[in-house]
Amino acid sequence: MSLRSITLATLTKDIRLEWRSRDAINSMLFFSLLVVVIFSFSFDPNAEESREIAGGLIWVAFLFAAIVALNQTWARELRNQVLDAYRVSPAPANALFLAKAVGNFILVTLLEAVMAPLFMVFYNLRALGAAWQLLAIAILGTWALVVNGTFFAAMSLRTRSREIMLPLLLFPISIPAVQSMVEATRIILSGDGSARFWVVLLLTYDVVFTTACLGLFKTILQAE
Amino acid sequence: MKKIFPIFAALTALLLAYGFYQAMWVAPTERTMGDVQRIFYYHVPSAWTAFCLFFTNLIASIVYLIRKNPKADALAVASAEVGVVFCTIVLVTGPIWARPVWGIWWTWDVRLTTTLVLWLIYVSYLVLRRFSDTAQTPVLAAVLAIFGALDVPLVYFSIWFFRTQHPQPVMGNGGSLDPRMLHAFLINLLAFSCFGAVVCWWRYGLEREQREVEELEALESLHGVSR
Amino acid sequence: MYPVAYPTALCKSQTKCIQSQSRLRQPLKLPAPVSDANIPQIIVSNLIKQFGRFAALRGVSAEFTPGKFYVILGDNGAGKTTLLRALAGLAHPTRGTVSILGKRPQQACREIGYMAHPSLLYDEMSGMENLRYFAQLYGISNDRRCEEVIRSVRLDPELTRPVGQYSQGMRQRMSLARALLHDPEVLLLDEPFSNVDVQSAREMVGLLKNMRDGGKTVFVVTHQALLLEGAADEFVWMQSGQIVSRTPHFASEAGMQ
Repeated sequence: MSLRSITLATLTKDIRLEWRSRDAINSMLFFSLLVVVIFSFSFDPNAEESREIAGGLIWVAFLFAAIVALNQTWARELRNQVLDAYRVSPAPANALFLAKAVGNFILVTLLEAVMAPLFMVFYNLRALGAAWQLLAIAILGTWALVVNGTFFAAMSLRTRSREIMLPLLLFPISIPAVQSMVEATRIILSGDGSARFWVVLLLTYDVVFTTACLGLFKTILQAE
Repeated sequence: MKKIFPIFAALTALLLAYGFYQAMWVAPTERTMGDVQRIFYYHVPSAWTAFCLFFTNLIASIVYLIRKNPKADALAVASAEVGVVFCTIVLVTGPIWARPVWGIWWTWDVRLTTTLVLWLIYVSYLVLRRFSDTAQTPVLAAVLAIFGALDVPLVYFSIWFFRTQHPQPVMGNGGSLDPRMLHAFLINLLAFSCFGAVVCWWRYGLEREQREVEELEALESLHGVSR
Repeated sequence: MYPVAYPTALCKSQTKCIQSQSRLRQPLKLPAPVSDANIPQIIVSNLIKQFGRFAALRGVSAEFTPGKFYVILGDNGAGKTTLLRALAGLAHPTRGTVSILGKRPQQACREIGYMAHPSLLYDEMSGMENLRYFAQLYGISNDRRCEEVIRSVRLDPELTRPVGQYSQGMRQRMSLARALLHDPEVLLLDEPFSNVDVQSAREMVGLLKNMRDGGKTVFVVTHQALLLEGAADEFVWMQSGQIVSRTPHFASEAGMQ
């Protein structure tokens, strides 16, 4: 009954359930596609300017898709008050949190994997700087959104207007992370200097908030 | 404690009046900016008061999480609400000052932007308090306060670095301060701090009373009508 | 007010008395525990639970002996569910303390089995899959225990139908199976028989009676107390957030209300 085994058990259960009814994923994928298309209409992909704003556009689009994914994190647990069963058990609360966070990470990465190539196509983007750094930013940035998003999704379970509560709590706290992602992406796409500071800041953000979430999730779970 | 409050409030009112007099009449007009600069005597003290109140909220939240003391939670509510008010004053006076002087309403100045993010975080804190069920509100709100506190240094650094890449005008008070200006500034700083403390204290008292009334009502009600 | 288990609270005040009387520094001598039988009890002490302007529990104090079958009855809004949740550790007292076998409810999670009106199961998985997952939360990794428990509630472990498609009776029984999975000492069941057919209900009562005979403590909150006449040891009546009486038989209180 270790942290690792329960996290793994919960994660595999979630993946199995998600796989059985693929409705949620399919609709999210389609939503992501729609977001990219609408952005392309709204922000004319003229060559030079698009490289400047592409960083911002991509991450805002990812943010919207992530919110849709995060909002359904606890949907299954909510249906029959399954969380009560978890709270009454001796299982560590962090196992549940990690499983949900990693599950969301996989889901949001999947959505990004669909959206990023589309953006590259519509906006004729080519990375002029170090392309491998884009991968690092994508991973760190996605984790930054997902770790806090999963945590705030759990907090909003106990509130009215659950769906609006999540972005309301998440956006202010995510500002430094989003800024880092946007700036770093802009720098790499335009090859204009080093993105190292932003990557380090993003890493710091991830470490600080992962620790905070792991430290405080039990408090949130046990609060009625 | 209750007896001190009216005296303290009266002293604060006097300080505020004196500070007003100092700021508007005694302090000399600034060379480059003109009379608009006098906002400085309200802009900065408001920011200082807001930060003190938010810091109080952080401490109260941590104390609540450790000890589950309802008084700590009442202080957290009071300091958050009053802090948001002062923060709003900062965000309103900033652009009012910037527009005539630099011709722009807003700039991604480090301090102003950090204040904006702090304002956003605490408004979301108040919304969370309003929207959650009474039993869990204190714990959820306290956790959010801690997250907010962890976020603020990161916000500061990210904007600071952003500015070194994209230089923007500074919304500060460039140059040295005339001693009369400094005097007016310090008086107003003290006055606003006291003002913030007075309002927060009052709000805290109100919150405690409201909870006591609720508790009495709850224990007396026979058939328990919720809502 | 941080809830502290009742026995330690008493010891602390007695300890202070001893300390103040002795001048010299001596090793602390803690007084003997309160109960003469020396078995840890299930104790609720001055429990108050407030939700805003509404008090669900208004000063409930009671002692329950392990190994007995208790039925908690009362009108809607009397505080039955809240009391049960307080015993399970799901509702934190506004004031007062709860002690389950000498520990706080959250420390006693291995000893507590909880079942509520929502099934606490995943609708999309089969019964066996559900139990397999919840078993892992308790560190039980073999399927044998899951199958055994499912059979004990008269359901088929081989059934692959998702729980969401079960009838209400089957769902309640599967939920009971989940509560029994880790062989808890104390069972807390909230409305286990609601919307359940009579046959299933009788079988569940039989099962619970066997558990009590095997030394477990059972608490059932229900509106259908007649079912439990003959099986239960004591009927606990609640009204307006307080316990008003405790009787060995349901019939003797039928005239009340």
